Amino acid sequence: MELNSKIPEGPVEKKWDNHRFNMKLVNPANKRKYHIIVVGTGLAGASAAASLAELGYNVTAMSYHESPRRAHSIAAQGGINAPKNYKNDGDSIWRLFYDTVKGGDFRAREANVYRLAQVSNSIIDQCVAQGVPFAREYGGLLDNRSFGGAQVSRTFYARGQTGQQLLLGAYSALERQIGKGQVKFFDRREMLDLVVIDGQARGVITRNLRDGSIESHVADAVILGTGGYANTFYLSTNAKACSGTAIWRAHKRGALFANPCYTQIHPTCIPVASDYQSKLTLMSESLRNDGRIWVPKKVGDKRNAKDIPEDERDYYLERRYPSFGNLVPRDVASRNAKAVCDEGRGVGDTGLAVYLDFADAIKRNGKAWVEEKYGNLFDMYHEITNENAYETPMRIYPAVHYTMGGLWVDYNLMSTIPGMYVLGEANFSDHGANRLGASALMQGLADGYFVIPYTIGDYLASSKFPKVGTDHAAFKDAQRGVDELIEKLISTRGTKTVDEFHKELGKIMWDYCGMGRNEAGLKKALELIPKLRDEFWKNVRVPGSSKSINPELEKAGRVADFMELAELMCQDALHREESCGGHFREEYQTEEGEAKRNDERFSYAAAWEFNGIGQPEVLNKEPLTFENVKQAQRSYK
Amino acid sequence: MNITLEAWRQPDQKSAGQFVKYKATDISPDMSFLEMLDAVNTMIVKRGEDPIAFDHDCREGICGSCGMVINGRPHGTERGVATCQLYMRHFKEGDTITLEPWRAKAFPVLKDLVVDRTSLDRIIQAGGYVSVDTGGVPDANCIPISKVIAEEAMDAAACIGCGACVAACQNSSAMLFVSAKVSQLALLPQGYAERKQRVEKMVAQMDAEGFGGCTNTLACEAECPKKISVTHIARLNREYLIAKVG
Repeated sequence: MELNSKIPEGPVEKKWDNHRFNMKLVNPANKRKYHIIVVGTGLAGASAAASLAELGYNVTAMSYHESPRRAHSIAAQGGINAPKNYKNDGDSIWRLFYDTVKGGDFRAREANVYRLAQVSNSIIDQCVAQGVPFAREYGGLLDNRSFGGAQVSRTFYARGQTGQQLLLGAYSALERQIGKGQVKFFDRREMLDLVVIDGQARGVITRNLRDGSIESHVADAVILGTGGYANTFYLSTNAKACSGTAIWRAHKRGALFANPCYTQIHPTCIPVASDYQSKLTLMSESLRNDGRIWVPKKVGDKRNAKDIPEDERDYYLERRYPSFGNLVPRDVASRNAKAVCDEGRGVGDTGLAVYLDFADAIKRNGKAWVEEKYGNLFDMYHEITNENAYETPMRIYPAVHYTMGGLWVDYNLMSTIPGMYVLGEANFSDHGANRLGASALMQGLADGYFVIPYTIGDYLASSKFPKVGTDHAAFKDAQRGVDELIEKLISTRGTKTVDEFHKELGKIMWDYCGMGRNEAGLKKALELIPKLRDEFWKNVRVPGSSKSINPELEKAGRVADFMELAELMCQDALHREESCGGHFREEYQTEEGEAKRNDERFSYAAAWEFNGIGQPEVLNKEPLTFENVKQAQRSYK
Repeated sequence: MNITLEAWRQPDQKSAGQFVKYKATDISPDMSFLEMLDAVNTMIVKRGEDPIAFDHDCREGICGSCGMVINGRPHGTERGVATCQLYMRHFKEGDTITLEPWRAKAFPVLKDLVVDRTSLDRIIQAGGYVSVDTGGVPDANCIPISKVIAEEAMDAAACIGCGACVAACQNSSAMLFVSAKVSQLALLPQGYAERKQRVEKMVAQMDAEGFGGCTNTLACEAECPKKISVTHIARLNREYLIAKVG
């Protein structure tokens, strides 16, 4: 397939301006004639639905939650980046652009990243106008803090609840439009198929989770803001319902899936404690601003942290990366934690943890200061582990957190299916092989508030939309397919629960497609996954009926999709014979153990084309060119 | 440890419900409450029965999805945590734990412990926002706000919309929820222009949804997982008075 990224002409800093002028506009009076479906109402979906409704489009929004405010964007703790340069520390749009391209290990599209940096300042203005209570200085102006992968303070935050406050801002804008009748919101609806007619995305099939009915929705364009697929690993920091189902089913309808192996393993999470664990909890990366990460110098040192004298501690990030220290990007911090634990220097009962120590910060600024900045995180840590982190250092370990891969989109955020757009974490666009902290919120809102309202107009104004209804054969076929799949899940009546299968899949992925990957392991995973999938379809037990609230059935559908998606993730990881960002292939590392890219062979986005379940997918390449940021070995030394 | 659950089972909105007993065995004190429920549900599924339905998602106390009345208290007996942040170490060997859904006219039970809280969204639709469209807003630092005021607004904005305040209230009033939003936007200059209409419309919608009135029992504050203070209710009352007579 020919991939046309539609990057506008001109120098990088002029591309978006040029493009906005060249795009066709929809006359204000005509906007109401177009109907747009937005699936998913987290940051990206809610901001898009609200902004499009404000412009006058007819919008249908839907979520599998009861309310848009439950979306997992709400759990983002740390902050949102914008190069306002309020701190006078040398920040600029260009620097944020540069940091993000470099942070992504030169596997993102320059033009997209530049636009992201460009519109990010407007996001802060928008959120403040909505009443988002960002942290402030005593003079009344906005406060900033620094975050991993940057040497400037450009992160805006609202305590440890920035995602919550930004989502509630977008949610309030969306609810305002629902109240006006400009957005029709369907709660507890899960998208189970995309309907494509004559090559255009024209609607979706949903299951009403309240009563199990299968519904068809027709539109002129479909927007997916359905988040990432980190729950493929079972244990992750994602919420329990997060899934790849919407994007995976769109993928099976022809949308290419880009860089599925790019997974972010976040360095500061509470370690796994036992096998009944249902999810992992992130401790905001902001803790690395004042906490110091260390392990004992000696292998197998089982003394309590406070009994280990200063000269027997190894502050390994500060030692190896003196200029960034504890603020190295997430992939680097995670890999180093794994390395010291693999050496046998890990702490805690399992040996799979490192210390994050606030003793120096408390000594320097007092406990009250630490409490004001990080109090809620310390409380959370205490609830989960029953330990007081003001007295003993926190134990942390990396956990799956975010997926940089996702559906391939062009510069307009349109997938390879005309009329289907993908926003936020669900697309692959801006983070390359590693996402920097405080940039997921930025991307979700940039896509929803400031990109899609422009680019979708160009498509609507320049396309024809033959009238179709839910009685069209394509809708009937898709509906039948969904019915059959559900029937198959319900009628199998096997002996293993959905969670048991999901845990097994997660273990395969963590062992062979996790923080470190190698050829033999990936090949092994590619043997194990299809076997597990076969067993799933023969032996899964889904109780109850399909015509009522049935959380086990919902989970079963999502796990069925993870079983297919996992195979593609491994296929992608195996083909990419280099290390870049979150994708660390053990065979390809520098002498110092850092990720070793191969720009000659792999400077491209790998966009995979579905080819039947269990069949290897077809690789399409979008070459990446770097005209503004020179491709170089990343160094945070 | 071993415990007994007495869980509310109700197949759908129209049917009557009842308590059903379940034994939970080999529960680790380090399990979260919802992980304990997962374990019980696994056992129920293995027996070929329908597991206990409950809403949950982030499991870190921020999405507001989970919520059940545990031994008569919304989110259980620990202060300042949602159900998902409750740990089994707070219970004893041999305990019997009763589980009920939020009980309120405006929160119809959909199944077992799952209730419909969309009434809270409709209150927000009535006025829980600042009317600004995307674009055309001033630079963020054009609106200076004192740190003290910003912090107080943030205290109110921390509400997770779980509905525990309603479940705790003898009148099933949603005053704490409504006041948290009214107060946040009344404190901030951005909310000033619409303050009168906002409070009137939101209170009217709260009444229309069938929530009761506030009689200052303060049970809401005691059970709020985010420790939202009833001083916000006082601010709502003042705002309401200003709107009516000011």
